[in-house]
This record gives sequence, structure tokens and C-alpha cells, in this order.
Amino acid sequence: MTTAQPLIQARGLVKRFSGFTAVNAIDVAVRAGEAFGFLGPNGAGKSSTMRMIGCVSPPSGGELRILGMDPVRDGPAIRARLGVCPQLDTLDPELTVRENLITYARYFGIPRRVARLRAAELLDFVQLSERADSKVEPLSGGMKRRLTIARALVNEPEIVLLDEPTTGLDPQARHLVWERLFQLKQQGVTLVLTTHYMDEAEQLCDRLVVMDGGRIVAEGSPRVLIEQHSTREVVELRFAGESQEPFVSKLEQLGERVEVLPDRILLYVPDGDAAVVEVTALGLHPLNVLVRRSGLEDVFLHLTGRTLID
Amino acid sequence: MVALVLPRLMDVSAASRRSASVAERNLSALKSIYWLLLVSGFIEPLLYLFSIGVGVGALVGDLTLPGGAVVSYAAFVAPAMLASSAMTGSFAETTFNFFGKMKYMKLYDGVIATPVQPFEIAFGELAWAMLRGSAYSGAFLVVMVVMDLTTVTRAAVAFPAAVLVGFTFGAIGMTIATFMRSWQDFDLLGSAQFVLFLFSGTFIPAQAYPTLLRWLVEVTPLYRAVHLIRGITVGGSGWTWLLDIGYLLVVLAIGLFIASRRMSRLLYR
Repeated sequence: MTTAQPLIQARGLVKRFSGFTAVNAIDVAVRAGEAFGFLGPNGAGKSSTMRMIGCVSPPSGGELRILGMDPVRDGPAIRARLGVCPQLDTLDPELTVRENLITYARYFGIPRRVARLRAAELLDFVQLSERADSKVEPLSGGMKRRLTIARALVNEPEIVLLDEPTTGLDPQARHLVWERLFQLKQQGVTLVLTTHYMDEAEQLCDRLVVMDGGRIVAEGSPRVLIEQHSTREVVELRFAGESQEPFVSKLEQLGERVEVLPDRILLYVPDGDAAVVEVTALGLHPLNVLVRRSGLEDVFLHLTGRTLID
Repeated sequence: MVALVLPRLMDVSAASRRSASVAERNLSALKSIYWLLLVSGFIEPLLYLFSIGVGVGALVGDLTLPGGAVVSYAAFVAPAMLASSAMTGSFAETTFNFFGKMKYMKLYDGVIATPVQPFEIAFGELAWAMLRGSAYSGAFLVVMVVMDLTTVTRAAVAFPAAVLVGFTFGAIGMTIATFMRSWQDFDLLGSAQFVLFLFSGTFIPAQAYPTLLRWLVEVTPLYRAVHLIRGITVGGSGWTWLLDIGYLLVVLAIGLFIASRRMSRLLYR
């Protein structure tokens, strides 16, 4: 553990809306320079947590300190040092791409001359220079997202909060956003992001928490989480016939855990190839066999379940 | 003492700087279509002045005011048109535009992520609405002077009064906007505004109404505004202008207070 004070510290943090508890007593500590992720299904409380950290949603209980300050009392001072990329773009549809950045900089009290220079730099950074004088509305989803990210950087923030930064983007746009976020991290900016893409969390996060139903159900680096909550490898087996159920009892002895899906069976094992040999030795002949490394998705689904929550 | 006062002063200057940045955004958003809207807002009271003040006025003849002064009907109607155009101008900005920015463009959801706070947004939008309202008022006063409906001196005094009227209606409009649920509610607002416009001592002196109705009319903000401005442009309202100013200031303060509170509640979810 480092001795430095965490930039974001939450203890027993609670957010209640009339009738339900969105965030139920979570403890979080984000250190300077790290990339920290909140993972979880929809409705897990990720966005509510992000809004509290962004000082635009007063906590209902518990303790929250950001940059050593109190978000309710010192909101403006904290927000001056944060960059926020909200889940839904809140770009100004009446302004051009460039004006969006300049106007936003003015909210931070940045002189117009400096704002103009910074807007040009940031448009370059997110590859939007060619669209600088276009209105926001005709931009593609990926372009809007990049503009929102550029806007979050206009005050040269120490912490950047990103709520589902790549949801709804095509693969090219996602990779560009990832590259840029990685560059920011290299520059020492602290990143806090929410996502339900496992590959995104594995790519970007040094450390993450898995949230479910307003609580934190697991915490650690992606590697540690996989080690703790899953096996090294997974064998996916598909058998002929209506149901996969009859094969389960035979397979259970082979792995640490067996999960049955409508179309296939997942066998969680330390060594996939060895397990496949054992399956054949049992006299079972699956139609399809796939051996793969265990990923965060396995951890995530194990911890938060496969039931669809909306 | 210095240590105690200085942070407060810095707070005030930071807050006004942030409010100014909100008004500045509207300046950046000014586009040609908006200018057309601006012009229409100025033309409307002029049309009323000519059609009713001058046109109907030719049939009505002169009026004797409660103070004893005798004025032409056009001179009676003109200050009322000035007050209601100040109302219309700042209402347009603080109800319709404000609601659109808050509910549909989600503009303020982006703004509150910066150091700008909800009451600073309210101030900034109000200041902007005022600029628009003041432009209408100034232009209208020039027309009044040219038509010999008031003097230059009286017009110069009436201008800040019209600015106050705009401020007050801006604060009222903003408060109403925070309670609006959808665009349909604006039809109701439009009707209410039109009733105010017709019966706030604008075309008929309030003394013409039955006592009970007259009291009702006299407590409406537009009546107070018309009363104040008419007192200045044609004279003869005695000390009651103090009452008008007091009334408008109190409504302004209450409106601003409620609007900021409501905005905090709506935005800081």
C-alpha cells in the first residue's frame, strides 16, 4: 500500500432515491495515477456513484472525500479539477464542435485566448480537427463521444470520470478512445471509469470493483479477480440434442465448477486440454469443443449472475 | 477581519464570473434565426400601439387619469405596451428557451459538472434575458419619444424601470419553467400571459372594474409594472411608484430564490 492520501475516498457511501437504494454502503479508495474501474450490470449503482464523485449528486449517507475535500461544501473547487464524461452526451447542440470546447472552458474561468488554443489541441488529440466548425448534431456517435472526452479535458483535470465511455461505439471508435485514455494515463491523469465491457476493463483498469445491486461484490486487479473467482481456463462443450442437462452429472467431477447454458456447458478447469482428454475418456462426444483462457467476463457473470436486469 | 471578508468577496466575484460565462454561452449561440425572433418581439407591441393606441384611440379620445392629468389614449396605452413587451421579452427567454435548455438539450447537466452552480446558471440566464428585454424597452422608448407620447427625460427614467420589470418577470418565468412538465404546459402559460396583457390596466384603467376585480388586478405583477412605467412616462402617480418598485423587487427576490432552489433540486439528483 502506498502512504499517499487517496484522491477519492468513500466509506459506507450511500445513495438513496425515493423508494430504493442505488448505492448501498460502499468503500472505495482511488489513488493518484491509477485507472480505476466500476464494473457491473445496468442498475448496479455505477452511475449514481460516479455522479456523487462528480459532485453533482449529494450522498445520502456515509463519507466521501475527493482531493481531500467535501463534495457538498467544496463542490466548485473540486469540480474545477475534475473532467467528466457523462453516460449520455450533454453537448451543446446550438454550438459548433469548436465552440462547445471554448464555451465549456469559459465555465471554468479559462481566458478565451487560452481556451481557443486548448480547443485546437484537444480537437487534434481526438481527431476531430476537420469537423471543428460543424454543428454537433450531424456528428456520428463515436465523434460525439470523442468530443465529450475532449470537453472533459479542457480544464486539464487531475481526475477524469468516464461513465461508459465506449458504449454504443463501433470497434474503430472504441480503439481510438482506448488509445487516448491510455495516453492520458501515461501522462499521470487518474482515470475512473464505469463499463460493462470486460475487454475494456481488462485493457484499461489497474484495479476495479464489481458492483451488483448497489454493493461491491469483488475488488482487485483484473488478474487477481480472475485468479480468485475463476479458473485458469474454460472448456466450452456443445452436445447434440435438445438439452445439455443429461451430460452435467458426468462432467461435474472434471472441473471446479460447471455451468449449464441453454446451448452449451462451461467447464471451469486449470488445464483445458487435459480436461478435453478426460471428457473423451468418459465416452462423451460433444459436437463442439472450445478451450479458452478465463476472462473477466467469467468473473463478472459468476458474481452478478446471468439473469437479465433492466 | 480581512481574512473573514476576503473569501466572501472572492466568492461573489467568482460567482458573477461564472454567471457571466452562462450568459456568454448564449451570445455564442446567437444565430440568424434568433435575430428574426428578436425583431418579432419588438414589432408586436408596436403593432398593438398603432392598432389600438392610435387606431382605437381616435374613437376613444382623451382620458383623465386618477391624478387629474388628461392624456391621449395612445399615451395611456404606450407605457403599458412597454411594460408588457419587457415581460414578453424576458418571459420568452426564461420560460420557453430555459425549459428547452434544461429539459431537452440537457445543457445544464453538462454545465453543473463544471464549477458553475445552479444559482449561477439562474443568474446568468436572467442577465441574458434582461439584455434582450432591455433592448426591446430601449427601442420602444425611442418610438414613444418620436411619436411625442413622452419626453426624453421621462423616457430616460423609464428605461431603468423597464429593466427592473424585465428582471422581475424573468425571475417569475424561470420559476414557472422549473415547474413545467412538458411543452403542453406552455399553452396554459400563454393563456395566462394573454389575460395579464389584456386586463392589467393596459387598455382600460383599473378604476373601471368592480371593486373586487380591481383589487385582483392591482396585485398582479404586470399591473404594478404598467402603473410604475405609466407614472413615469405621463406623470401623476404620486408616491405610489415606491410601492411598485418595492413590489417588483420583492417578487424578483422570491422568484430568484425559488428558481435557484428548484434548479438545485432538479439538477443535483
